[in-house]
Amino acid sequence: MTLDLGFLLGQFLAALASASALFLVASGLSIIFGVTRIVNFAHGSFYMLGAYLGYTITEALPTGVLGFWGGTLVAALAVGVIGAAIEIVVLRRIYRSPELFQLVATFAIVLIIQDATLYVWGPVERLGPRAPGLDGAVQILGEYVPEYDLALIAIGPVVLGLIWLVFHRTRWGVLVRAATEDREMVGALGVNQSWLFTTVFFLGSALAGLGGALQVPRESVSLLMDLNIIAEVFVVVVIGGMGSVLGAYVAALLIALFNAFGILILPEISLAVPFIVMAVVLIARPWGLFGRPESGEHQQALSEEPLRPLGLARRAAILAGVAGLAGLAFLGGRYGVVLATDIVIVSLFAASLHFMMGLGGMASFGHAAYFGISAYAAAFLATYAGLSMLPAMLLAPVAAMLAAAFFGWFCVRSTGVYLAMLTLAAAQIVWSVVFQASEITGGDDGILGVWPDKWAKSREVYFLLTLAIGAMALVTLQRIAHAPFGYVLRAARDNRLRAEAVGVDTRNHQWAAFVVSGVFAGIAGVLFVFAKGSIFPDELAIPRSFDALLMVLLGGVQSVFGPLLGAASFTYVRDEISRLEYWRFIFGILIILVVILAPDGIAGGLQRLWRWIAARAGFRRVTPDKAEGA
Amino acid sequence: MSTTPADGPVLEVSGLSKSFGGNHAVREVSFALGASELLALIGPNGAGKTTCFNMLNGQLRPDRGRVVFCGRDITGMRPREAWRLGLGRTFQITATFPSMTVIENVQIALISHERKSYELFSAARRQGRAEAEALLDRVGMAGAADRHCAELAYGDLKRLELAVALANRPRLLLMDEPTAGMAPAARVELMALAARIVAEEGVSILFTEHDMDVVFRHAHRILVLNRGEIIAEGSAEAIRADARVREVYLGGGTQEPGAEEARPHA
Ligand SMILES: Nc1ncnc2c1ncn2[C@@H]1O[C@H](COP(=O)(O)OP(=O)(O)OP(=O)(O)O)[C@@H](O)[C@H]1O
Ligand SMILES: [Mg+2]
Repeated sequence: MTLDLGFLLGQFLAALASASALFLVASGLSIIFGVTRIVNFAHGSFYMLGAYLGYTITEALPTGVLGFWGGTLVAALAVGVIGAAIEIVVLRRIYRSPELFQLVATFAIVLIIQDATLYVWGPVERLGPRAPGLDGAVQILGEYVPEYDLALIAIGPVVLGLIWLVFHRTRWGVLVRAATEDREMVGALGVNQSWLFTTVFFLGSALAGLGGALQVPRESVSLLMDLNIIAEVFVVVVIGGMGSVLGAYVAALLIALFNAFGILILPEISLAVPFIVMAVVLIARPWGLFGRPESGEHQQALSEEPLRPLGLARRAAILAGVAGLAGLAFLGGRYGVVLATDIVIVSLFAASLHFMMGLGGMASFGHAAYFGISAYAAAFLATYAGLSMLPAMLLAPVAAMLAAAFFGWFCVRSTGVYLAMLTLAAAQIVWSVVFQASEITGGDDGILGVWPDKWAKSREVYFLLTLAIGAMALVTLQRIAHAPFGYVLRAARDNRLRAEAVGVDTRNHQWAAFVVSGVFAGIAGVLFVFAKGSIFPDELAIPRSFDALLMVLLGGVQSVFGPLLGAASFTYVRDEISRLEYWRFIFGILIILVVILAPDGIAGGLQRLWRWIAARAGFRRVTPDKAEGA
Repeated sequence: MSTTPADGPVLEVSGLSKSFGGNHAVREVSFALGASELLALIGPNGAGKTTCFNMLNGQLRPDRGRVVFCGRDITGMRPREAWRLGLGRTFQITATFPSMTVIENVQIALISHERKSYELFSAARRQGRAEAEALLDRVGMAGAADRHCAELAYGDLKRLELAVALANRPRLLLMDEPTAGMAPAARVELMALAARIVAEEGVSILFTEHDMDVVFRHAHRILVLNRGEIIAEGSAEAIRADARVREVYLGGGTQEPGAEEARPHA
């Protein structure tokens, strides 16, 4: 490739234009996180809504400069109103839930908005109008640069300046900054917190909507826009430092430039470039370029119950669960046995995530990496090395262990959302390597023909094998939780300062927990690959990681049964409804119902229900006794 | 545990300094602490007491100065390493493990002390249970062993923290406002316990305290810190009589030091 100055400049300007778009969306997310501490996965959906609304409104308005820019602004405001409404209707009810629980609700909103958009605009992509007056291209050094890109390049800094003005020149802006720096301050200042949160959601969503509407002249509007942008937007926010608007701008530039030029430098793993940049930044600056450490080591006090050994009732519940699975497998026909096998595998996968998340206090957004690495390792061993099933099953989790040891070492240097984003980066790097190294991994076509040995070929036998291995793995995880390691791990999560002050190397324990968790995810992975007979890159992509995260959070982070309940109900319900046309909408509504009715997850909700029933039953039994005594 | 040279000081601090930005929180602090001594570090709010503690156990790295513990230079050592040498502490804002029971809080320290924290398959509940019960008994918490730590009253949390700090039989305990937030009777009781621990187990204690009754009644010796500098040192009588101390606490009034309202910085 020759070094063509015009070409480089063209790339550079295109990158700056992309940076502006990215910045608009990211700044909104950053502001929302800064004040409310909500990890808002629906932010990409706001962006998509902005694009659709912008398309429809500008189409409806008379063509012309006023129509276009006016329509764009109206679309942004409309998205702002939608965001504020969602905050009022859903999120406000769950601010007191455990950390990251709101993330589940925002994920449900993603599903709901997807289907709502599909319903309103249909599945066909829409091609919007070009911006009037900016529909040509100017020639710079022999390279044609769209005029609209130049306008976008200017819009980024202008919006940055406007936000700065609002934050420094209005009382509201000062409050927002104060709340970003110290959340307790808001209460102390006697500020109406709900009002502040709602308005922040309005501004943040409107910025995402603006970003989406401004994108209409550049790309076709489609239902993929939300998920296509969300990961990158998170990367930008995290690199900039969560809560920092200026950071979001600098990071957007950085990412856009690396995206533009990374493909020239590292074509093999170009998809992973933003994540590599994020990982490097976070390792050097664990709270991003402009972020500050989370205020203090003493985070929100946990109200978690002490860990008790399993009582009779819970043992009975486990037996009932196993019996139910066996019933599903043997009475539910071919379909039932597949579903039951899936449930066991997914439960183990969720339980492995719960180990690091619930006991270790480390949420992972990229747990599928270890599931997938182990599955691929088993596939390699079975196909390339010709190993039979059991040795492959035994050896493959070692690959997950090594990967977890490698990535975990970096991840445990951060905490909270930053740690979670590092796990996401690790998973995305693994995913893009698997996806792009197609000579070895088959790329998108995956690896086929990874079947169990002859004796385990029947679905029923394989189910029993899965059940046996899964149960042993779950029991082992439980033992570790109740062992000194599990206790000390929880101690480190509860209060790092105190744990260090009694001699505990908290980071090393977290690292070890990361590895344990990776190994058990790997066991789930090998069970999976032989159940399906194949493995594709999808199995280590973001959606799989998020499924596990949702299962753990929905089930209840604070309960050992949470992940199992979450995994079983999630898999079963989704399986049941996914044949319906608008199943995402229904699923989203169901998730929100759980989130609102059981802010401590399904396990917590059931426990409260049980106590309520027991108390009522007890009340009835006690009364006659009292009457007798009196 | 390391051995102390016979009769040598347990702790020797020299020239300890720390500033935050332009704020000189601690300036050239030097003192020594003998075996079985109960030494009080007093001073108004913001005087630098907690900052001193944080430098002693390694939570903060001093800008200058040295900390020698039992003849060994521990300056800049991590808290967990200092703890292994026998330097334990409690925190001004109590630090416990809220999701655990009272006795489990103590067991964690015992597990760590016996270096069993990486054991994957034994049952933690049985780990050092008897010893933990004895420690709880020592601080008067035996009855609460199986209560959920998050339910404890503030004073009980302080006592639990003391039990945890005693788990590895420390040579030196740093106690940052051990009685803050307690009723007067409970304060006296807790400090009497601390005094007993010093007398019976040969532990040395350095503590900070705002309640002058407690300080004058129990401390063997008192250090007074003001704006990061030690301005007086001596017995209770000497401190009571010291003109500079009176000035710091009262701006030259006639009352005894100890009134918490007197905050030169505020
Ligand atoms: N991490 C920190 N960053 C910046 N300044 C700090 C920090 N910690 C303490 N300071 C400042 O150092 C000075 C000494 O604080 P320190 O907490 O040591 O006082 P103290 O004597 O323990 O007060 P109190 O009686 O209120 O506990 C104060 O001015 C405080 O604001
Ligand atoms: Mg203090």
